[in-house]
Amino acid sequence: MTDLTELGVAAIRDGVAAGSFTAVEVATAFNANVAAAQAALNAFIVATPDKALDAAAKTDKARAANKPLGKLGGVPIGMKDLFATAGTQTTAASHILEGFIPPYESTVSQKLWDAGAGMLGKLNLDQFAMGSSNETSYFGNVVSPWRRNDGGNASLAPGGSSGGSSSAVSARLCPAATGTDTGGSIRQPAAFTGISGIKPTYGRCSRWGIVAFASSLDQAGPMARDVRDCAIMLEAMAGFDAKDSTSLDMAVPAWEAGLSPDMRGKKVGIPREYRMDGMDADVAKSWDDGIAWLKDAGAEVVDINLPHTRYALPAYYIIAPAEASSNLARYDGVRYGLRDLPEGAGLQDMYAATRAAGFGAEVKRRILIGTYVLSAGFYDAYYTQAQKVRALIARDFEQAFQQCDVILAPTAPSAAFALGDKTADPLSMYLNDVFAVPASLAGLPAMSVPAGLNREGLPLGLQIIGRPFDEQGVLNAGLAIESRAGFTAKPERWW
Amino acid sequence: MTTETAYRIHGATGEWEVVIGLEVHAQVTSASKLFSGASTKFGAEPNAQVSLIDAAMPGMLPVPNRECIRQAVRTGMAIDAQINAWSRFDRKNYFYADLPQGYQISQLYHPLVGEGAIDIVLDEKDPEGSTKRIGVERIHVEQDAGKLMHDQHPTMSYVDLNRCGVALMEIVSRPDMRSPAEAGAYVRKLRTILRYVGSCDGNMEEGSMRADVNVSVRKPGGELGTRTETKNVNSVRFVMATIEHEANRQVDVIEGGGRIVQETRLFDPDTGTTRSMRSKEDAHDYRYFPDPDLLPLVLDDAFLAECRASLPELPDAKLRRYETELGLSPYNAAVLTAEAETARWFEVLLAETAKRTGKPEADVAKQAGNWLMSELFGALNRLGKTLETSPVSPVQAAELLGLVGDGTISGSIAKQVFEKMLETGDAAGVIVEREGLKQTSDTGAIETAVDAVLAANADKVEQYRGGKEALFGFFVGQTMKAMQGKGNPQLVNQVVKAKLG
Repeated sequence: MTDLTELGVAAIRDGVAAGSFTAVEVATAFNANVAAAQAALNAFIVATPDKALDAAAKTDKARAANKPLGKLGGVPIGMKDLFATAGTQTTAASHILEGFIPPYESTVSQKLWDAGAGMLGKLNLDQFAMGSSNETSYFGNVVSPWRRNDGGNASLAPGGSSGGSSSAVSARLCPAATGTDTGGSIRQPAAFTGISGIKPTYGRCSRWGIVAFASSLDQAGPMARDVRDCAIMLEAMAGFDAKDSTSLDMAVPAWEAGLSPDMRGKKVGIPREYRMDGMDADVAKSWDDGIAWLKDAGAEVVDINLPHTRYALPAYYIIAPAEASSNLARYDGVRYGLRDLPEGAGLQDMYAATRAAGFGAEVKRRILIGTYVLSAGFYDAYYTQAQKVRALIARDFEQAFQQCDVILAPTAPSAAFALGDKTADPLSMYLNDVFAVPASLAGLPAMSVPAGLNREGLPLGLQIIGRPFDEQGVLNAGLAIESRAGFTAKPERWW
Repeated sequence: MTTETAYRIHGATGEWEVVIGLEVHAQVTSASKLFSGASTKFGAEPNAQVSLIDAAMPGMLPVPNRECIRQAVRTGMAIDAQINAWSRFDRKNYFYADLPQGYQISQLYHPLVGEGAIDIVLDEKDPEGSTKRIGVERIHVEQDAGKLMHDQHPTMSYVDLNRCGVALMEIVSRPDMRSPAEAGAYVRKLRTILRYVGSCDGNMEEGSMRADVNVSVRKPGGELGTRTETKNVNSVRFVMATIEHEANRQVDVIEGGGRIVQETRLFDPDTGTTRSMRSKEDAHDYRYFPDPDLLPLVLDDAFLAECRASLPELPDAKLRRYETELGLSPYNAAVLTAEAETARWFEVLLAETAKRTGKPEADVAKQAGNWLMSELFGALNRLGKTLETSPVSPVQAAELLGLVGDGTISGSIAKQVFEKMLETGDAAGVIVEREGLKQTSDTGAIETAVDAVLAANADKVEQYRGGKEALFGFFVGQTMKAMQGKGNPQLVNQVVKAKLG
């Protein structure tokens, strides 16, 4: 019998529907993988095998009764622990929310359960989604299943903030997972682990019930092994939600049915500004490969300019912390989560003690940055200026999309780095998102697909950025690359 | 402006002028809160009206309540203000236990309502006297906070989040007021307008309306002084007391060689004084920035047109109409329009009375107005009731006035009938029937009664005929008395005159 955990979303869905195997068999197989990998990879904060089995049993029962199965009937998935799940601890990987069990279900997770998916567990992440290596989690870092081909066994970063998601999907602990992307948190970890991930247009997926990091940037999206699986997942996750004022009131297209790797008549823009001095040679080469593949798929390739690119990262590191400093004010020890009430303490003391004990160093750093840039006398110099830059970056893209349909660029400036490599230098960590952040600031759909391995045997990702609402164009370009890259590498099981 | 009556503080160094601006927080009348579906009803058990959003649970998002926006827009239209079709919500960040989000959603940079104005009458006893226009700089909408309770536990404070997230309008005046009386008139007028519009119940006791009072003093016409802001003053009387105290205190400080510091103060209703809460140096840095959870608020023409169409006749227009079309005196028109409920009551009474008597409203307006202001208000006062709790409805009252109008009962009998209506709740006609109070126009019965009176008072008849004409009233009175007040007064007069003839 085939190893069911080698199957992706579409294959599981179709196999269950066809009766080739049962949903419970699938859930059981993934549950076993989750349990077996936990000690080594630490991808999950909480495993919920019973939830996966319950959902699977429901699907099997529906099938036995000849009832229609959901779009994700029989597919067990991992849920990033930033999504509130009713009755299951939701922590954002922070001590301050340890033990918090929400009485409500996020819109996106509810949609997935409604589509027939089951939950394997809550996936680890960078604390409050702040980080690019999953090293800021209170519940310990996640380890990538990938290793360099140098014979050493250095533990590598799975990327972040959706590092539990990327590690779990690439290690076959789940066929797909949810991620969230504020400044690259779906795309960069997908690139680091040789999987696909898409951040849709801002507003496609409801933010209701997702622990907020930076509201104007946060977007949920799927991470899976291939483009089709991403399309299936995204169809289930997206949709207008009246409970989120920034939600897009638009119909969800049939992305899976619309998939086509044919790029004839399409123009692909190559942004000059992304080709930076001292660029990693393997990354540069994979980019060139991508260009060749898309040409082969029939696309015309054009050079474009995104002149304000170099201001994107600084603007992002003003706007995101500013919003975070305010969004995280609610964690005060009064109503839920951690409360540290020293003997004889007053309200202010309780706030200070609770937040000092509850937040990790990176979260504190960003709260401090955010508080600073919003404070009287600095607001215009930082926040207002950053918003202007943001508008200019959006305009850059708008103008570029008059010349092309999608943009191709590397996802990250390098392959996965070793755990601990960048923790001492926040700036070098932040620089890892340099290619991802501009699309976030502009609210554009963007995805990462595997392009190949570098000379160390580690995956590299290519990023496709599309026009607002054109997830289909992004997915199709991704599919064109996927079908030519022939990426079949997977981490060797060492855990 | 009447300079001769200008309000002045008489200091040791001469006269001082007071400059006043008010920020009134008015709770928007709406079933649910500004950004959540929780109820806004007053008086519920603590924390019984708190949604996940109000409690700022992780991942919860605000969704604007259109009704609150609509009410604020209508309020703006009622004071002739500019309505900003594009406005935006900002976050005002600070930590306090009554503020679960750690920020209040408000509007700093782009308020919903811009410049408008309110006309106040300087002397309420003299509605024909001078009026003054007080500028309103802006109205914005924002969330209310919860309430801390310090008396529930020996060492801990409790928090009630029922009010948390309730919509407030902050109505910011220009510093156009110059006396406690003007400030009082402004607050009263504003409350009247809010009640007319129906956007706030204006109930200061329940905290539906409260004012931050900005006061500074200067030499008349001189440069503006430094102001202090006294927070959360919750009655008209306290607003006036705050100004009075604060102005005098500032003059004392300045004349004593001191300097006024810009600060936030609190009013103590027990002593009628204000005390410092925090100075500018300790002021919060609120780190205002646009709320990224909310899109800019864009109002389309249809929405604005609906808001405008839904506005009732406003107090100033109503007052003018009462004077010109109904012929009421300025004083009566002012009293009848001062409260939305009074005007509403009066207009039902008027319409019903006109219908019953078949006369145009203008012909019965004076009668209806006088009756409402003397008879009804008198009775309600006596009974400790208000128009809202009146035992007699305007339709019932119209029946009573109709009976007077068509001659069924006399004015004095009407007073008796009204008393019975208040006691029993019965209709006027029923009481008149039951008690046999119908006015008699039967000339025979009147003649019989007059004859009896004249016969019994032959001596007085003599005197009358001898020239003591003042006795005429006596004979009429005696006849009315003999007929238990039911004789038609006009006919009784005629008959007495004829018999004495």
